Amino acid sequence: MAQPRVIIVGAGPSGVRCAETLVAAGLRPTVIDENRRDGGQIYRRQPDNFTRPYAKLYGTEAGRAQSLHESFDALRDKVDYLPETLAWNIFDNKLHVVRNEVSSAMPYDALIICSGATDRLMPVKGWHYAGTYSLGASQIALKAQACAIGRQIVFLGTGPLLYLVASQYIKAGANVAAVLDTSPLMRRVMALPKLLARPSVLLNGLGLVAGIKRAGVPVLTGITPVEIKGESESGVQSVLIRDSRGNERSFQCDAVAMGYHLRPETQLADLARCAFRFEQETRQWLPEVDEDGRSSVPGVYLAGDGMRVLGADAAEIGGRLAAMAVLTDLRLKVSDEELQGLRAEQASMERFRQGLAQAFPWPAEQAAQLPDEAIVCRCEAITAGELRHVVCGMGAQEANRAKAFSRVGMGRCQGRYCGHAGAEVIAHAAGVPVEQVGRLRGQAPVKPLSIAVREEQE
Amino acid sequence: MNAHRADVVIVGGGIMGAATAFFLRKRGVSVILLERGLIGQQASGVNFGNTRRMGRPVEQLPLSNRSRESWLKFKELFGEDVELLLNGQLRVGFTPAHEERMAKYAQEAQDFGLGMQMLSANALHERFPYLGPELTAGCYAPYEGHANPRLAAPAIGRAAVREGAQVFENTEIVRVEKEGEDFRVTAADGRIFRAPVALITAGAWGNRISAKFGEPVPMIAKAPQMCVTEPVPYAIGPTTGALADAPEQSVYFRQVARGNIIIGGGGHELVDLDNRRAYVNPSRTLLTLKNAPRVMPAFNHLSIIRVWSGIEGYMEDSRPVMGPSARVPGLYYAFGFSGEGFQLGPGVGDVMAELIHTGATTTPIEHYHIGRFAKLAAQPA
Ligand SMILES: Cc1cc2nc3c(=O)[nH]c(=O)nc-3n(C[C@H](O)[C@H](O)[C@H](O)COP(=O)(O)OP(=O)(O)OC[C@H]3O[C@@H](n4cnc5c(N)ncnc54)[C@H](O)[C@@H]3O)c2cc1C
Ligand SMILES: Cc1cc2nc3c(=O)[nH]c(=O)nc-3n(C[C@H](O)[C@H](O)[C@H](O)COP(=O)(O)OP(=O)(O)OC[C@H]3O[C@@H](n4cnc5c(N)ncnc54)[C@H](O)[C@@H]3O)c2cc1C
Repeated sequence: MAQPRVIIVGAGPSGVRCAETLVAAGLRPTVIDENRRDGGQIYRRQPDNFTRPYAKLYGTEAGRAQSLHESFDALRDKVDYLPETLAWNIFDNKLHVVRNEVSSAMPYDALIICSGATDRLMPVKGWHYAGTYSLGASQIALKAQACAIGRQIVFLGTGPLLYLVASQYIKAGANVAAVLDTSPLMRRVMALPKLLARPSVLLNGLGLVAGIKRAGVPVLTGITPVEIKGESESGVQSVLIRDSRGNERSFQCDAVAMGYHLRPETQLADLARCAFRFEQETRQWLPEVDEDGRSSVPGVYLAGDGMRVLGADAAEIGGRLAAMAVLTDLRLKVSDEELQGLRAEQASMERFRQGLAQAFPWPAEQAAQLPDEAIVCRCEAITAGELRHVVCGMGAQEANRAKAFSRVGMGRCQGRYCGHAGAEVIAHAAGVPVEQVGRLRGQAPVKPLSIAVREEQE
Repeated sequence: MNAHRADVVIVGGGIMGAATAFFLRKRGVSVILLERGLIGQQASGVNFGNTRRMGRPVEQLPLSNRSRESWLKFKELFGEDVELLLNGQLRVGFTPAHEERMAKYAQEAQDFGLGMQMLSANALHERFPYLGPELTAGCYAPYEGHANPRLAAPAIGRAAVREGAQVFENTEIVRVEKEGEDFRVTAADGRIFRAPVALITAGAWGNRISAKFGEPVPMIAKAPQMCVTEPVPYAIGPTTGALADAPEQSVYFRQVARGNIIIGGGGHELVDLDNRRAYVNPSRTLLTLKNAPRVMPAFNHLSIIRVWSGIEGYMEDSRPVMGPSARVPGLYYAFGFSGEGFQLGPGVGDVMAELIHTGATTTPIEHYHIGRFAKLAAQPA
């Protein structure tokens, strides 16, 4: 048999470990990543001319970051690595990639999608003012460019990343005005049994919160965001919330970092026509996979946060598991012992994930209470009121129908950022469960594609 | 189970079915409209949105003109704005043969009020300076326009409901039979609808029903390929289409009020009729991206953010089926509209309602009678 054609999309922790396992079995996979360098999101490598040390860049994760980078460096002549290459479509068992405005179609026998996650966002009135960033963007600004998003910053949302990025900002010397968490503290206590599946990670998290408080930054839990106040000229000026007792409080700032945990990047899985299922705990649609990452489509595998958000350590495990699934399906040998061990480790991470979902729930009720004038879809500037109108006045109770009538999800981001909140607004207005609203169909290209692109000449 | 009853039952809630239901109600005829999914969700809801007349077969222009009357008073008639922009239509060509084709059409269709003006290379580039240097001639029709297909057919459907039509969405029809004087129409879930008159407006699926009545038609389903750019400041006036020597080479585009430019072209894909999915082939997208800048070089500075397609029935002779059945009294058809059915929608509804109500129509539609395929049915399978 000729060498099977195996393509990995993503050179983050899952993609790198996947490649490593495949190479160890004698295969030569192609690794595609839209970034300039490997490392993915969490272990993003700094530009060549930057020289910040690992400890400074990655903190407690420095060892893991360095190990991943070194592993990939050692693989470089054993894989075909295509950086700055976007996978923009999948059709007929071919992955379509574009690099320097040249598009090529790459046939595959196995495709492993390790596409990672992006911020999950819940709109709040005023979030369109300049100075509102996602947590991810705030972190990237710091990690890749060593700059802060503002002089005085409010962190708003929920989830572990809220505390992580806030403390990274504090460490970098930025002025953090407050950390405002929508999840009530009680939820964390209730989630403890599940969170104890990974005691060291839990301790790490508790340490972060303590550190933020020690720095004198107010940390409020169980809050309800009311409004980001600002002006179209000068941008964000303050954040208004209701605290857990119901009192309104305002925090001066010139920037807001906002996020409600993460959502997997699933457009490629969608374009590959993988089946999706609705997950109640996190109120979102996820690709259907077996324990090792096999999707519903033969030859298509998923690993890491692009499958479901299990975090960086689990992404490394998931990458290995998916590679072993590929090897098994290609009738190559895998170690059963190793497989069982990885599965067991992944299972404890899955338990931890459920703990996180319980501790830091997606605040669906906020979408329901969003004032009519608040913008839901930032790309198209569509308000909650306009979206409700197509539900109640035009009978659009399904996500794609509401998109067709209102344009919510029709902009540059194609619903990746507004899709979840939009579905909640629709569900509430229609009085149906959110799973009944369905999900926006994925349409190519995965990211905007330049019209100057040309097909590769054979 | 109690059967639903009306004077007319319509199977298929695209723009044809919805418009016919509306105009039947205007004539006081009771009507049931049955749609498998949601009104205007198939071809009618995802098409390119052109409401041009220029370029249609001359025999179709009376029908097209009748439809235009409805488009011009869309809001008044159907109660909603559907982003109709009357910025004209421009055809452009690259070769003397293209120019000849345009001139010949302008001549043949001159009596139908399109106001077509042939433009020489100089005039074309002077008037539309954004066009590419390879273009050598054009034909401009100033009164044409385009509208938002995502809104139009659903708006007509809601107007039909306000006029008293009984519209059933999420109702898949599995059988249409003649039973005595009535048509008995059965849904997948067992509901039954009855009427002495049945109209089949099932789009690319129409043949499945007509064949059951012994009237198969030579139709295949295809999927035209669309893409859209991010929004940019409004700069293009007329909807523009370039003549091509092969379907793959065709390009046409229009700029919507929001600023996005919708581009169609690159030929067609085959479709999955059973699963109702039409896919976009990336090679066709790339072909369109290559060809579009030949018509307007500035395209090279833009990006596309989305592609899509839709399911259309293409008749062997490129003509739809429209009019009464040749075999079954009380049975009518209006399906198999390809490429140009969006513009025709309100007109087809108007004409079919007139035909069903009065037994005749003032607009000529004989070219479209299903009897032209009678020999197909006579042949053994
Ligand atoms: C903004 C953000 C910040 C985070 N910060 C932390 C943190 O500080 N600490 C922590 O523990 N966890 C953090 N996480 C979670 C952590 O990043 C993930 O758990 C981990 O990176 C998952 O690894 P992965 O390999 O699954 O995906 P990633 O590391 O995200 O890697 C995915 C890779 O795929 C590439 N890719 C995706 N789609 C395409 C495509 N279509 N074409 C080409 N390439 C593509 C991307 O460029 C990326 O390099 C963060 C996540 C996000 C989104
Ligand atoms: C991508 C694309 C671009 C186009 N561009 C243009 C353009 O620019 N200008 C123009 O004029 N035309 C254009 N057209 C053509 C135009 O869209 C169609 O001709 C027109 O919409 C046809 O309308 P219809 O009602 O016959 O079909 P449809 O809109 O397809 O409606 C038929 C309906 O019947 C329903 N149905 C079928 N079988 C059953 C059943 N058994 N039970 C219940 N319901 C059933 C279907 O669900 C469907 O909703 C384009 C078409 C496409 C696909």
